[in-house]
Amino acid sequence: MMETIAEIVIEPGRIEKQYWRDIWNYRELFYFLAWRDILVRYKQTAVGIAWAIIRPFLTMVIFTIIFGKLAKMPSEGVPYPILVFAGLLPWQFFASAFSECSNSLILNTKLLTKVYFPRVIIPASAVIVSFVDFLISCFILFGLMLWYDFWPTTRMLVLPVLILIAFATAMGAGLWVAAMNVKYRDFRYVVPFIVQLGLYISPVGFSASVVPGKFRFLYSLNPMVGVIDGFRWAIVGKTTSFYLPGFLLSLGLVLAMLIYGFRFFRKMERTFADII
Amino acid sequence: MSDTVIKAENLGKKYVIGHQQQQDSYMALRDVIAESAKGIVRRLVNLTNGRSRSHGSGNKEEIWALKNVSFEVKRGEVIGIIGRNGAGKSTLLKILSRITEPTEGRVRIRGRVGSLLEVGTGFHPELTGRENIYLNGAILGMTRAEIKRKFDEIVAFAEIEKFLDTPVKRYSSGMYVRLAFAVAAHLEPEILLVDEVLAVGDADFQKKCLGKMGEVAKEGRTVLFVSHNMAAVQSLCKRALLIDSGLVISNGKTEQIVDRYLQDSEKATAASLNERTDRMGNGCLRLYNYYFLDEKGNKIDQALTGRKLFIALEYRSKDGKPLRNVHIAIGIHGKLGENLFHLSTSTSGEDFSELPPSGTIVCCIHNLPLQPGRYNFNIFATVAREIADWIQNAGIIRVVPYDLFGSGKLPPPEQGPFVVEHRWQLLLKESRDV
Repeated sequence: MMETIAEIVIEPGRIEKQYWRDIWNYRELFYFLAWRDILVRYKQTAVGIAWAIIRPFLTMVIFTIIFGKLAKMPSEGVPYPILVFAGLLPWQFFASAFSECSNSLILNTKLLTKVYFPRVIIPASAVIVSFVDFLISCFILFGLMLWYDFWPTTRMLVLPVLILIAFATAMGAGLWVAAMNVKYRDFRYVVPFIVQLGLYISPVGFSASVVPGKFRFLYSLNPMVGVIDGFRWAIVGKTTSFYLPGFLLSLGLVLAMLIYGFRFFRKMERTFADII
Repeated sequence: MSDTVIKAENLGKKYVIGHQQQQDSYMALRDVIAESAKGIVRRLVNLTNGRSRSHGSGNKEEIWALKNVSFEVKRGEVIGIIGRNGAGKSTLLKILSRITEPTEGRVRIRGRVGSLLEVGTGFHPELTGRENIYLNGAILGMTRAEIKRKFDEIVAFAEIEKFLDTPVKRYSSGMYVRLAFAVAAHLEPEILLVDEVLAVGDADFQKKCLGKMGEVAKEGRTVLFVSHNMAAVQSLCKRALLIDSGLVISNGKTEQIVDRYLQDSEKATAASLNERTDRMGNGCLRLYNYYFLDEKGNKIDQALTGRKLFIALEYRSKDGKPLRNVHIAIGIHGKLGENLFHLSTSTSGEDFSELPPSGTIVCCIHNLPLQPGRYNFNIFATVAREIADWIQNAGIIRVVPYDLFGSGKLPPPEQGPFVVEHRWQLLLKESRDV
């Protein structure tokens, strides 16, 4: 049951060398923390898991009315609710994962100061809850598709890759903010602001094709544009235009953010217990 | 085999603390921005005035919580780590359990380390006892299979069978602590680091915990045990380390080390309360002096067994403002740190909802129930539920004999530290009322 007697050496900067092995050794803690977050999320709520359905569903209805009916945005030949929902899915996943990830460290102060484990486990497990919500929301999409008799294409198979990208975006930004949050608590107030603003500047309620061609590349500087575009392309298929240069730009940004966020987190990590 | 399992060489840990700290321990980004903006302006002003740049901001201070700490621990040893508050004991445990990194030096550890710096770390109030056992077990480093195997044992040890599926927020504090300790006690690391966890729970449970620790030691596992309770250290550990101001002062047989510690703390107690630096708490209330009064209100150096005693504590608030919601406690203990009795404003239902910025608080003991001798006491104050001031071994009470019973005698001291006023009488068969 125990590993063969392993020698641990503790010295300044040493954590680096054992880092990846430690993450593997502590994988069970990762499961348990994710399991705790999921359990806690749905305990003591009146409608429990239904929250994961109600929220995106209502948002979809409102966006359909505002952007589809009132603003009369182009629907590209698909039912507007499906168009909206294909964008809402990755966005809500990102928004919730980003928020959970950002606040995860300060919500677990006690753990940080009393037990050792690779700290990245906390933000990583926090994101899992959002993923569960995301999976539940997917059922609404299937419901909508049945309702409108809208059949998906084989492009749907790309979805897992796109989910990974959304995951990377949330983690990249989330790790950075989580680490900053430990030192400067006012980052806590930045997160809801980014999430709220992001909802409007990302193509959630409308298709990215309404953005004039010459600005399209610039628009893709928002990394979620590529992800949402990709989702729409995979789900709605058919007519939706897919803007490859923009997607690649988004992808590049996401990777850069993830690497930078992770490095920053690693750099700050060793002082977490001292300054939190 | 008695090989070395822990080898620490020249460990040091430096903390940098800012002096402009506000009540909150964390910084806000706006403060940092404001500070650096001020710095730039100052520099510009200096430049235009042709003066040289001021060196550094001057409000940072380096503190070495540990310095040049070297020691070795052999397999199966049980070592006590003792020292005053703020001496660096907890920092040492935090480094050994990898929570924080040392600034210099290194430690080699052979074997799986389990650390118990607190019971119930990671307990979630919304989760049931069963769920928390798994969660807490995982946090303490147990695998799922291990927890499953020991599950029944843990539940039996904690005596909570009936409440297994109740959220722990509905537990009494006793049940909560029992469950938390039960999980921790079933941790089976080769090296166990324990910080003062025995200070919780009722006496019975403490005994059970001490027993469990003894068992762990007998099984040949290595234990490092930090405590203020000298009696517990003496009964559990053969060897001890005495740490003071971040340095290992001495390292050797427990008896010698404990004696040394007691001598040192006596010296420290002699220092006035105001000068004591080995205190904990946020300092929004400071207890800076104490004295004793007899029943007539005269200042006294020595208290009398069985008579009325007033303990007066002088305090002041940090910011000169009135204090709200203040709780004060005095813990009286014997020479070895064993707790004798506890006086607290919350026990007597007399927490102060508001106190003036400075003043004197007096605690009245009607019949001081102590044998003649010397006793130490801790003082502890919270303001708005946060620890404001906490000093171990804050002072000494000297108790001298008083003929309480009019018999010229007091109970034999070896029968216990207390003197309780009592009378005897023959109960006559005919008489109904005594």
